Amino acid sequence: MALKGRIVIDTERCKGCELCASVCPHVAIHMSDTFNAKGYRPAQWADLNNECTGCASCAVLCPEAAIRVYREVPARAVTTTT
Amino acid sequence: MAIELLKGNEAIAEAAVRAGVDAYFGYPITPQTELLEYMAKRMPELGRVFLQAESELGAINMVYGAACAGKRAMTSSSSPGVSLMQEGLSYIAAAEVPVVLVDVMRGGPGLGNIAPSQSDYFQMVKSAGHGDFKPIVLAPASVQEAVDIMDLAFDLADKYRTIVTVLLDGTIGQMMEPAELPPMKPRRTAAPGWALTGAADRSKNMILPFRLQVDDLEAYNLQLQQKLALIAHSEVRYHEQMVDDAELIVVGFGTAGRIAQTAVRLARRQGIKAGLFRPITLWPFPERRLSQLADDARGFLVVEMNAGQMVEDVRLAVGGQAPVKFLGRMGGSLPMPDDILAAIVKLDQASTRAQPDAPCTIEGPSMPLKHFVSVN
Amino acid sequence: MTIESYSEAIVADRPKALSKTQSHYCPGCLHGLAHRLIAEVLDELAIRGTTLMVAPVGCAVFASNYFECDSVVAPHGRAPAVATGLKRVSPDKIVFAYQGDGDLASIGTAEIIHAAARGESITVIFINNAVYGMTGGQMAPTSLVGMKTTSSPFGRDVKTMGSPLKMSELIAGIDGATFVSRRSMHNPAEIRKAKKAIRRAFEVQINHQGFSLVELLSNCPTNWQMTPLESLRWIETRMVPVFPLGDLKNAAANNGLKGV
Repeated sequence: MALKGRIVIDTERCKGCELCASVCPHVAIHMSDTFNAKGYRPAQWADLNNECTGCASCAVLCPEAAIRVYREVPARAVTTTT
Repeated sequence: MAIELLKGNEAIAEAAVRAGVDAYFGYPITPQTELLEYMAKRMPELGRVFLQAESELGAINMVYGAACAGKRAMTSSSSPGVSLMQEGLSYIAAAEVPVVLVDVMRGGPGLGNIAPSQSDYFQMVKSAGHGDFKPIVLAPASVQEAVDIMDLAFDLADKYRTIVTVLLDGTIGQMMEPAELPPMKPRRTAAPGWALTGAADRSKNMILPFRLQVDDLEAYNLQLQQKLALIAHSEVRYHEQMVDDAELIVVGFGTAGRIAQTAVRLARRQGIKAGLFRPITLWPFPERRLSQLADDARGFLVVEMNAGQMVEDVRLAVGGQAPVKFLGRMGGSLPMPDDILAAIVKLDQASTRAQPDAPCTIEGPSMPLKHFVSVN
Repeated sequence: MTIESYSEAIVADRPKALSKTQSHYCPGCLHGLAHRLIAEVLDELAIRGTTLMVAPVGCAVFASNYFECDSVVAPHGRAPAVATGLKRVSPDKIVFAYQGDGDLASIGTAEIIHAAARGESITVIFINNAVYGMTGGQMAPTSLVGMKTTSSPFGRDVKTMGSPLKMSELIAGIDGATFVSRRSMHNPAEIRKAKKAIRRAFEVQINHQGFSLVELLSNCPTNWQMTPLESLRWIETRMVPVFPLGDLKNAAANNGLKGV
């Protein structure tokens, strides 16, 4: 089962260039209907089908380093001493 | 330290070494190349930085970089090379990093020749680059004075975070005469706080030779002007001889001022009360002192190796209180003592307090040249 | 006792060497991306605190605001000379110059050629977007044949305006140059290669192996009058054929320096 991921977009830093949206394999990024303080329509994460795997292509292509990407760490046994 | 027979360019180089220069970047151009050659041997010997750049333009920017690191950096060049450095000098002035430039002037304009001249007075004193800034300009008249001035140049550059130009002509650079070198000063180890030394455990330093917003740049310029005013107030230097009872003052800097010394003595022998005024700081120009001398003197003779440049500043300082005549030689010729004496005698006869100040007359060399127009 | 645990790791974030300041670059301009790659490398090699940057005159003249390291702005084209001066007096520091194509390939050709010829121990990041961006899209030495710009309104004519200058090839042919690579930023795969090249360049400097330069093909949506996405396509389809990608020179062994 593919690992799950999620992203957080700094909407104030985003300039609405749409490059992240163009490269997301799951089309999970759309451009927002609202505007940020600079008047740009920032990108918005919309992973409706929970398909994001945290591949980070969006973050790699973002010219503003405005995207933080989280990815699940594989489940592993953690032994704890009680 | 012993008195040695030293060549100007080399003595200046060694004096810079003893003043603790960390890095020299230069380019070959007569009549200063011996300075570069001397540094090429000496600096590596002491584990210091020497580099011959791809051009004077490269050299001044290397100096800019080294100065930004808080190191004592210098370059040397001559007239055409200094023209190539002017963009860099303006950036350095805006960045307010300390730099020493030795400019050994040669005949101009264009390629001119490799003989000595003072035709870059305006270039260095009035406009060393674009924008409102002025380097401190020190003009030595002998190898000894050039040697002494180097330590002062580095100290003033550090003190005011500015450019200090040591402005001499090819004569002083090329000739040999007895001089005594200062002792070796220890090199500075700690870099100033503003220097680029790596923002490891402090906030970053940014050296920005610009201010984008209009009011920022104006405020910044006002700050620069305040610094220049402070320099003008406290760093004026000049040399006077026999001025106390002088009725006529001969004004000349560097080599021209030195030759004028002889003419003044010759004039005194003929009973003419002449005195010598030799500015050492061309900027800040000693205008106050000249203005004082103008209270009593009835005439000034400015002697230069150019078409008449410092004469304008003398005129401004004298402010019409007395006539200011000019004797200039160009193309690398030196004003001879006899020519200066003749001009002093003429000034003595012509100038009475009443006579208004005649416009600048270019008195050509004793051998009249047909294309020389003497405007009376 | 074992507990099944799931946790999340951050796999992409703003590098520490990149400042918090919002950049002035146009939307989609890859200058910001190049900044991020450099900052990531500075973090990974743990050299931010000893790195000195020389910024150019051009769109990146404000780069000092975007990096958390000491920096100075050089006159147009003179960054390699300023960097030389900085490095020669502080050999223990890492010095890099960041330049555009007008800066490096036009007014500054003498400076870059001689810095390479001297094998200067500096790293140069050369952003090639085929126009002068800051001044409004004029032709640059790297403008493509036929390319319309504000100073080649009828298209770059080879007969009167020459053909694109291939700086990486020029510099790779200089003995003093140890590492010369041309990469691009028009898609994530190329961006990852670009980062590797940038990292390799800084390693060459850290290992005192000589001069390193990375040319990064970049864009200018505003002056190319394209959308950011179209501009990436334009790099791929029009620029890459003229400016082939790859490591043009790698003359020093990578003696296994690992990032901290």
